Amino acid sequence: MTRTHNRLGVTPEALAKRRFLTRTLGGTGALLLAGCDKLNQSPALKKVLSIGEALNKNTHHLISGQMSMAQEFSPADLSPSFRGNGNTNPASADYKAMAANGFADWKLVIDGLVEQPGAWSLEQLRAMPSRTQITRHDCVEGWSAIGQWTGVPLAQLLAVVRPQPEARYVVFHCADSFGSAPYYESIDTDDAFHPQTLLAYALNDKTLPVTNGAPLRLRVERQLGYKHAKYVMRLELVADFSRIGGGHGGYWEDQGYQWYAGI
Amino acid sequence: MSEQAKAARPQPANYLYVRHTLPVRVMHWVNVASLTVLLMSGLMIFNAHPSLAWGKSSYTGRPPVFEISALRTSSGQLIGVTRIFGYQFDTTGVLGVSAGPNGQPAIIAFPPWITIPTSYSLAAGRLWHLFFAWILMFNGLFYLAYAFTSRHLQRDLLPTRTDWRGIGQSIRDHLRFKHPQGEAARHYNVLQKLSYLVVIFVLLPLIILTGWAMSPRLNSLWPGWVDAFGGRQSARTVHFVVAWLLVAFVAIHVFQVIVSGFWNHLRSMITGRYRITGTQRKARP
Repeated sequence: MTRTHNRLGVTPEALAKRRFLTRTLGGTGALLLAGCDKLNQSPALKKVLSIGEALNKNTHHLISGQMSMAQEFSPADLSPSFRGNGNTNPASADYKAMAANGFADWKLVIDGLVEQPGAWSLEQLRAMPSRTQITRHDCVEGWSAIGQWTGVPLAQLLAVVRPQPEARYVVFHCADSFGSAPYYESIDTDDAFHPQTLLAYALNDKTLPVTNGAPLRLRVERQLGYKHAKYVMRLELVADFSRIGGGHGGYWEDQGYQWYAGI
Repeated sequence: MSEQAKAARPQPANYLYVRHTLPVRVMHWVNVASLTVLLMSGLMIFNAHPSLAWGKSSYTGRPPVFEISALRTSSGQLIGVTRIFGYQFDTTGVLGVSAGPNGQPAIIAFPPWITIPTSYSLAAGRLWHLFFAWILMFNGLFYLAYAFTSRHLQRDLLPTRTDWRGIGQSIRDHLRFKHPQGEAARHYNVLQKLSYLVVIFVLLPLIILTGWAMSPRLNSLWPGWVDAFGGRQSARTVHFVVAWLLVAFVAIHVFQVIVSGFWNHLRSMITGRYRITGTQRKARP
């Protein structure tokens, strides 16, 4: 059998192989992309990929311990201005009225699975022993800003309200919303009793600005920014959060973000 | 058997031998899949904040070292702008602005054809990225355990004294796209060995470490360890640069595979078998 060669000295078989190769590579790329997009709609796949979140959460807890401390910085590291993200000015009339009045009528409510529910004014919170820390805020988007926070350690307030044994999460109900969906967040009792977990009312030695969550926001330093609920109105202790909001433990969690935001 | 006796033993002109063991083949393709997903989902995550800074935070008062953005001209036209160390480039069509789902120009840092998923979703990008990061890490740990215990590392990857002496020749050969023939093709050449070692012991560990450095919880493991990279934002920048160094490695790797016998190499990474073609020339040591 004679082999036909073109002028480059390539056999038709080799050419066919090459065509097959380029098509396969190009086709694989397109298929991969289309496939990934299709797969992204599948709840089964989401379950598989979410194994990553469970692995992260459990491994991080195992190796870093409940009381591991987030890095604290020096005043020289402070960001010139602290970026406000997400909602930076809640639209509700109630909130606007409170803000206009310097939050004099605002009260933080703590209820749910507690022995002693209660409500605290801003003045009362400011009179409590406080903690000041310079920490880095890491947004899920990728940016970081360093700010100095002053507030009441959440553990102190929890000691007053005394959570019932079945309470596992603290849910933060907020004044801001995206469309009709109110912002909320939740953390477990591990983070709630952490010494750096604060309900902060001051940023860089000044009253917390509206952009950054006035009158009170959560600082939960070992997790990403979306866990740090702003415009906090009420804390609710619950055994599970499946009946709150979309059931995933937070506004962004309901949009598909991980509940465990330690990475 | 002494080297001399080996050389004296007659070898068939053409033969197949098992070049890559089954574990190496499996782990190679797991790497291909996970690095592909990690790159594409990583670019999706990058698109959420297409800017790289050096330091502990993004807002240090200094401008970013790298940034992809978009601007609109007075006539309403969208222009993709990429800035590196203050130098500005028009990258419309590729970076900053590219064709959206309806074919119209849309503002997006990396284009949809290179991200997972194709349409913007930071949540989904993170889901893919943080799952395949574990696959890559487990694969890497299995590989290290295997490479040490099977002596694959010592036998096939560590350059020998002869390798080091021949490095100048190997560089000249690579520049002329000349590849070892015959028996010499049974071993990795010295530049090949060094590039694999750099990927295994420098780039992959570095990308994993800088990935961890971005985790606020892992930051608390030993407060301040992230400053070894210059801070969290520097670590993010290193993570991004190393990702592209890995892309550069893959590009050169695939190029070398193509020019030194594509089907032979591809088969050897699938079935394990590699064909040695006997030559009249004496193989270079």
